[in-house]
Amino acid sequence: MARIVMEALSKVYPGGVQAVSDVSLDIADGEMIVLVGPSGCGKSTLLRMVAGLERISSGTLSIGDRVVNDLEPAQRDIAMVFQNYALYPHMTVYNNLAYGLRNQGIARPEIDRRVQEAAGMLQIADYLDRKPRALSGGQRQRVAMGRALVREPAAFLFDEPLSNLDAKLRVQMRVEIRQLQKRLGTTSLYVTHDQLEALTMADRLVVLNGGRIEQVGTPMELYHRPETVFVAGFIGSPAMNMIDMAYLRDRGAAPGTLPTGTDLLGVRPDDLRLGDGDGLVLSGTVALLEPAGAESHVYVALDGSGQVVTVRVPGLPDVTEGGVLTLSAPLSALHPFNSASGRRVQ
Amino acid sequence: MVENDRWGMLLAHLVLILGVAVVVFPVYVAIIASTHAPGTFLQGVMPLLPGSHGWENYRTIIFEGRSNAGAPPIGSMLWNSFVMAMMIAVGKIAISLLSAFAIVYFRFPGRIFFFWIIFVTLMLPVEVRIVPTYQVVANLHMLNTYAGLSIPLIASATATFLFRQFFMTVPEEMLEAARVDGAGPWKFFKDILVPLSVTNIAAMFVIMFIYGWNQYLWPLLITTDDSYYTIVMGIQRMVTGADSEPLWHLVMATVVLAALPPILVILFMQRLFVKGLTETEK
Repeated sequence: MARIVMEALSKVYPGGVQAVSDVSLDIADGEMIVLVGPSGCGKSTLLRMVAGLERISSGTLSIGDRVVNDLEPAQRDIAMVFQNYALYPHMTVYNNLAYGLRNQGIARPEIDRRVQEAAGMLQIADYLDRKPRALSGGQRQRVAMGRALVREPAAFLFDEPLSNLDAKLRVQMRVEIRQLQKRLGTTSLYVTHDQLEALTMADRLVVLNGGRIEQVGTPMELYHRPETVFVAGFIGSPAMNMIDMAYLRDRGAAPGTLPTGTDLLGVRPDDLRLGDGDGLVLSGTVALLEPAGAESHVYVALDGSGQVVTVRVPGLPDVTEGGVLTLSAPLSALHPFNSASGRRVQ
Repeated sequence: MVENDRWGMLLAHLVLILGVAVVVFPVYVAIIASTHAPGTFLQGVMPLLPGSHGWENYRTIIFEGRSNAGAPPIGSMLWNSFVMAMMIAVGKIAISLLSAFAIVYFRFPGRIFFFWIIFVTLMLPVEVRIVPTYQVVANLHMLNTYAGLSIPLIASATATFLFRQFFMTVPEEMLEAARVDGAGPWKFFKDILVPLSVTNIAAMFVIMFIYGWNQYLWPLLITTDDSYYTIVMGIQRMVTGADSEPLWHLVMATVVLAALPPILVILFMQRLFVKGLTETEK
C-alpha cells in the first residue's frame, strides 16, 4: 500500500510525438484513480510509465515515498492487469500465478498459501491445473487479476482490463474488482475509455485529452461541474448538448444572467424538460424518439439552426416524430463555456 | 465440392492413386531389389517379387560391409550420419533461437543490418560456398572430424527467419507481463519464449535432421578416413566398388536402411511437426 506521486511527468517518443505532457497527480494511499479519455489521449502511456514499461522522459514518479523513475517494473512493487490478460499460455493457472513469486525467490509454502488464497478470493480454485486456453474470457480475466493479487503489491495498475469481455460480464467484473479493491485497500490506477466504468469505479477521476489532464475530481464533481468543454462532452451519456450563444441571441432566447465571456452553453439531456419554463427556452421539431426502457431519448432539431439536441425523459413521453416541441432548462442547470479557451466561464 | 459427381470422384481418386504409385514404386523396387541374389540384376530383368536372399544381404552390409571396396560395415556409417544430423539439427535450432531472440527483442546498433546479413546467406547454399568453406575447415584442422562435418552446415538463415517470424507474433504484452513478474531477458527466453516455440522447434528439428542426414557432397569432400564416412556417401561407395560390377542388391539394402531413420524421425514427431507448421498457440 502506498501513495503515488507524479510530478510533471512527460513522455516524448523518439519521433518527437508528445504522448504525455506535464502530468502532476497525487494519489492517496488506498485510492482508486481512474484515467479516462478517448483513444490516443495518453492514458495508457501514463499507466505504462507508472508500471515502468515506458521510460519517463521528464518529471518524477514516486511510489510509496521512493522515486522509481529508473527502476525495472519488477522492482517497483506494482502489479499490472493487461487488456488481453497476457497469461502465459503454456503454464497452468497455478504456475501463471506463481511465476512472479518464484522469480522473487519466495519460499514454496508461502507461494502456495498466496496462490490458494487468491484463487479462493477469485473463485478460480477449481481451475488451477488448467491451461489458460481451456478457460472462458471471464475466467481468464480472473486469472489475470489473481496474478496481480498474489504479489501483494503497493499498487494495482489496470489497463482496460474489461474491454475484452461481453457487456454483462463487464458489469459483473466491474463490481467485483471494485469490491476487491476496497476490501484490500490497495492503491489502484485504472485505465478505461468507457466513461460509465470510470464514473462507477473511481474515487477520483482523471480526464485526459491530448496527453494533458483536463480535470481531476470525484465522478460527481466532474459530472456536475465540468471545467472544460471537453470534459463536459466526454462525461455523461448521452453527451451534454452544446448550444451556441449567437444562435440564442439571434432568436432573442438568450438567458439574461450569464457570466461575461460565455459564448457556448452546455445543458445535460437530463436537465432539459419538455414544455415551457424559466431559464433557457428552446423550440424545435422532434427528429427521433428513442425508447430505452425506463427512459426515453428525444432528439429535437432546433428551429432556425437545425442543430439536434438530446433530451432524456423518464418513461415514454407523449410526443410524435415530426411534432413541434418547446424545451426548457432552469438557469442553475446551465454550464457556461468560452469556446476560444475551451474552459468554463466562472 | 464435387459431392455427387461420381465421375469427378473417380477421376480424383485415379489421379491420387497414380501419384502415390509414382512415389511408392521406386521405394518398392528398392526393397524388392535388396532381397535378391547378386546376379539377378545383371540379367537385365527387374524382379517385382521378393527374393530369398534378404537376410543374407542385410547381414552382409551390417556386419561385413565391403571392406575391400572401401565401404565399411554400415553400422558405423549410420552412427556417423546420426551424429552429424543431430549436431546440425540441435546446433541450428540453438543458434537460430538465440539469434532470432536477439534480433526481435533487443535494440542494438546494426540490428537491421545483421538481420539482412543473416537473410542474405539464404542465397548461399553449401554448394556455392563449398570451396572456401573447405579451405577454412582444412585450415582449422577439422577434416575428418564430427565438428568439420557439422559446424559449416549449422549457420542457418531459414531457421533464424522462421523463429523471428514466430517471435514477432508473440504479443508484446507477454514480454511486459514477464517484466512485471520479474523475469529478465534470459528468464523470459527460457521460461516463456522457448516453451511457446516447442512446436516450431519440433518442425525445425525434423527438417534440419533430414537436411543433415541427406548431406552428400560435403561429407564426401572432407572425410577421407572411413571411420567418418556417412551413410549417404556410403551408398555411393558401394556403387563404385573397386573394379567389380556394382552390387545392386547390397546398394539397395543400404538405401533402405539409410532411408529408415528420417522416416522414423518423421513418424515420431509427425504430430508436433504438423502442428508447428499450421497453428500457433497463443
